Amino acid sequence: MIGAPLHLGGERIMLCPSGVAIWPAAHTLIVADLHFEKGSSFAARGMHVPPYDTRETMIRLAFALRRHAPRRLLVLGDALHDDRAMSRMASADLASLRRLLSTLEVIWVAGNHDPSPQTELPGISVPEWREGRLHFRHIGGVSPLARHEAEFSGHYHPKATVPTRIGGITRPCFLATGQRLVLPAFGAFTGGLDVQDPAMSAFARGAQRVFLLGRERLHSASFEALRQPRAPIGSSEPRSA
Amino acid sequence: MPELFTRWFAARGWMPRAHQLDMLEAARAARSALLIAPTGGGKTLAGFLPSLIDLYENPRKGLHTLYISPLKALAVDIARNLEAPIAEMELDIRVETRTGDTPANRRARQRETPPNILLTTPESLTLLLSLPDADKMFGGLHTIVVDEAHALAGTKRGDQLSLCLSRLSVLAPGSRRVGLSATVNHPEALCAWLSPTARAEDVTLIRAEPGAPPVIGVLLPQGRLPWGGHMGIASAPEIMERIAASRVTIVFVNTRAQAELIFAALWKLNEDALPIGLHHGSLTIEQRRKVEAAMADGRLRGVVATSSLDLGIDWGGVDQVIQVAAPKGVSRLLQRVGRANHRMDEASAALLVPANRFEVIECAAAIQSVEAGELDGEPPRPGGLDVLAQHILAMACHAPFLPDDLYAEIIRAGAYADLSRRDFDDTLRFVEDGGYALASYERYRKLFRDSEGFVHVRGTAVTRQLRLNLGTIVEAPLLKVKLRGGPMLGEVEEWFISTLTAGDCFMFAGQILRYEGMSGVTAEVTRGGEGDPRVPAYAGSRMPLSTHLAERVRGILSDPAHWELLPESVREWLEMQTFRSELPSATGLLVETFPRGGRWFLVAYCFEGRLAHQTLGMLATRRMERLGWGPLGFVATDYVLSIWSAFEPSDPDALFTEDLLGEELEEWIADSSMLRRTFRSIATIAGLIEKNHPSVEKSRKQMSVNSDLIYNVLRRHEPDHILLRATRAEAAFGLTDVRRLATLLARSKGHIRHRRLDHVSPLAVPALIEIGHEWVSGNAEDAVLAEAIALVDEATEGAQAFTGNLSISDAVEERPRPAGAARPRRSRFIRHAPKGTVR
Repeated sequence: MIGAPLHLGGERIMLCPSGVAIWPAAHTLIVADLHFEKGSSFAARGMHVPPYDTRETMIRLAFALRRHAPRRLLVLGDALHDDRAMSRMASADLASLRRLLSTLEVIWVAGNHDPSPQTELPGISVPEWREGRLHFRHIGGVSPLARHEAEFSGHYHPKATVPTRIGGITRPCFLATGQRLVLPAFGAFTGGLDVQDPAMSAFARGAQRVFLLGRERLHSASFEALRQPRAPIGSSEPRSA
Repeated sequence: MPELFTRWFAARGWMPRAHQLDMLEAARAARSALLIAPTGGGKTLAGFLPSLIDLYENPRKGLHTLYISPLKALAVDIARNLEAPIAEMELDIRVETRTGDTPANRRARQRETPPNILLTTPESLTLLLSLPDADKMFGGLHTIVVDEAHALAGTKRGDQLSLCLSRLSVLAPGSRRVGLSATVNHPEALCAWLSPTARAEDVTLIRAEPGAPPVIGVLLPQGRLPWGGHMGIASAPEIMERIAASRVTIVFVNTRAQAELIFAALWKLNEDALPIGLHHGSLTIEQRRKVEAAMADGRLRGVVATSSLDLGIDWGGVDQVIQVAAPKGVSRLLQRVGRANHRMDEASAALLVPANRFEVIECAAAIQSVEAGELDGEPPRPGGLDVLAQHILAMACHAPFLPDDLYAEIIRAGAYADLSRRDFDDTLRFVEDGGYALASYERYRKLFRDSEGFVHVRGTAVTRQLRLNLGTIVEAPLLKVKLRGGPMLGEVEEWFISTLTAGDCFMFAGQILRYEGMSGVTAEVTRGGEGDPRVPAYAGSRMPLSTHLAERVRGILSDPAHWELLPESVREWLEMQTFRSELPSATGLLVETFPRGGRWFLVAYCFEGRLAHQTLGMLATRRMERLGWGPLGFVATDYVLSIWSAFEPSDPDALFTEDLLGEELEEWIADSSMLRRTFRSIATIAGLIEKNHPSVEKSRKQMSVNSDLIYNVLRRHEPDHILLRATRAEAAFGLTDVRRLATLLARSKGHIRHRRLDHVSPLAVPALIEIGHEWVSGNAEDAVLAEAIALVDEATEGAQAFTGNLSISDAVEERPRPAGAARPRRSRFIRHAPKGTVR
């Protein structure tokens, strides 16, 4: 997998096609919106979606941890889908999660889905985190930043659609501006919000770039590429009546 | 027939037709019957006559006859048509319709005191059967009439109806079934589908005399015949002339986008301002009703329509049908032709308007086929497990059941005769708690079993959820389009709107619209707008060329004796092909290879339909990659597959072998967008995810889980789950195209004709014109994505290229550009489609 380097607040950050960000100088892996037990929250409302999302998210996280071997894990909020998530988690899943995190220093930033501190998982819980010039929050784009500062956040589950000759291709993505980085949601059942949605207009200032997650690499695109109308193929080759 | 009825017939100057009397006889013998009759054969009356007579001879209260039609509009129309005989014979019979549009108070009254004859749709029937008092309402049912049975059997709505029929037979053991159908290729299979025992011999098959054979001609544009394209715009002047020369014309097209374009093209030429309307499935219901009413009143001279007008309402006035672009299948062509001149003994007149040279041959093949009385169409496939899941829940909402009894009932349904007990049990378990191996949803069960083994529904929330999500039609996410300060115009796909920015214009509902922006969940537009309008395309598949037609096309091509059917320019084209290369034979496979514009082209003349060619293209390019030929892309048309590569494809025999299908097909299919779409619809129908209600706010939509995510996770953690089995089973039937490929590869074994040419051959030109329309599977998506982004970078001369810093206005301190910055590596990923090489 090929990562993409990015400079924020004077630090070199690597974006990984798996959807995590690496801060090599601080041996830290940053991830957002794990949404553990989202599946079972649907089951409680009568939609029996597969109960394997926690397991799947964990497998993907374990893969990223093995690959980048960080000393520290920074979770940017919404690690749990809701405040009853831990009570629904299968005991085997809970055990593997604890095992996975046992050798790491973990910082749980609070999210809107999981505002209370983590009690059953290793690590410390904080409302937000600051380290040098870098701020780590769940919801970004709100507080002003000083000239040399930068912000990492999650919450919006950014995704982007690139018009191509076979129609729009939509992928989760990183959204970067000169000082802010929004991470894609990492959870197996997390959907996305288009980066051009008005809800994300807080990040519309200055230069923007998205990094779409690909199989082996990131696809870095300007907003221009997202707006480019597709060649008028649709007009000559419609697909159905 | 009672005297009253004989007199009524006589008063109208009619004689009861033989098939109408046969239907009466079947009714007297209390036998179920399937009537196959061409349009205009008095089919509806034949279906209802026995019920009217029985109600006249034995007047009674309560529901006597239930009529089910695939179209709401048809139910309403039939109700109107029944009024005439009932009023004229002064029969004491109450007829009512019940559809999604029926007001709540009338629905309540219908449950209290049902009419004698109720006309409804499969969806409304399922809903009625899920009510606790369904047994009272349907207990005295005598006859069930299924209209347009051929259009229902083998579809999900047909599955649903099949299950409902089985339930009705339990509630009303004395009831019999009557099916009404257009001419079909597999009447026996349709009898079995309709049968109360799932056996064909328990249904009497009655065939009406065939009508006069239709007169079908071909209309060519003035001047040169187009090489490519599917729209037929070039023929607009000729179509306009024909409309002006007839009373009422239906112009049938194959896609909604084509409907918009042809409609616009006709109006450009419509100097006399003849009233011409537009009708397709994306327009609002009101708009469609308006057009239909104008048609019925004779206020329109023409209407441009898609398959939205294939079925249904009878307009006596239509005297001409024009089919623009090749019909693709004979059965559909006949259905459409039958819309003209709705009287059985007069010949219907139709004109075919081929859009390009290959279509000229296809149209000739279609006319041959009609003359030979050939039909296409597969027998109905077995019912889907997703529909079964919905039905099981609906039945639990009606009353507690014993699984053994329900299973016995279900395998009496024609569509589910072969359902295994294992599949039934797994589907039941799925409805109960998801049926996962990791049994963690015990707490969230929808159904529970009591000590006697009866299955009960848990709580009213489950019932409510079922009613909200009932039905088997799953649409792609759509957005409503509304004229600012005006009416709703219809719906287009969400994705199409997402590519527009304010000020862009597009063609929809017969006008050019300017996109203004989103207002809540509707797209607001104004009239007018500048620039080249775009046309929304819709997901789903265009009908591929049918097997029969393909065979005839090959037959015509390979034998110059048939060429007299063809216009001169097409004959010249084929003669040129004989001279430059050779003609595809009727049974073998012709493969041409030639260099062009720095790459090699391989064109295979398979004639197996676009979908089959797409699959073949994907498999063949994979193998070419392994053979080291460096495939760059491919395009599939209904007639040929064309692949371009970096190196010469030296040995096509090594490419098109029978093991091509075995190798990677499984893996490829599992990853294809087709399977993901199938899974989405199955998961929705089965009740795993909520139906896409267009009115639902975005915030609620985000609360749902995307079906692709579920598919990925389920495939990895429980590949044998019942929903994945259902998906694979359905895909296997959707992949008739794969069977076509298997036949093709077997047939051409040892008969592959390879012609290595210096130039493109005349027959290959249309395929090369299509380049740019190609299609890629999930695996290739990344490459296409990289290409699209690289193209933008190229167009902006690298101004948009990224170097690791985004410091335009925010003035972050500068750092030297790191080595290996993420500039897209073009050379590896760009796949330039050789656009415009031949134009």
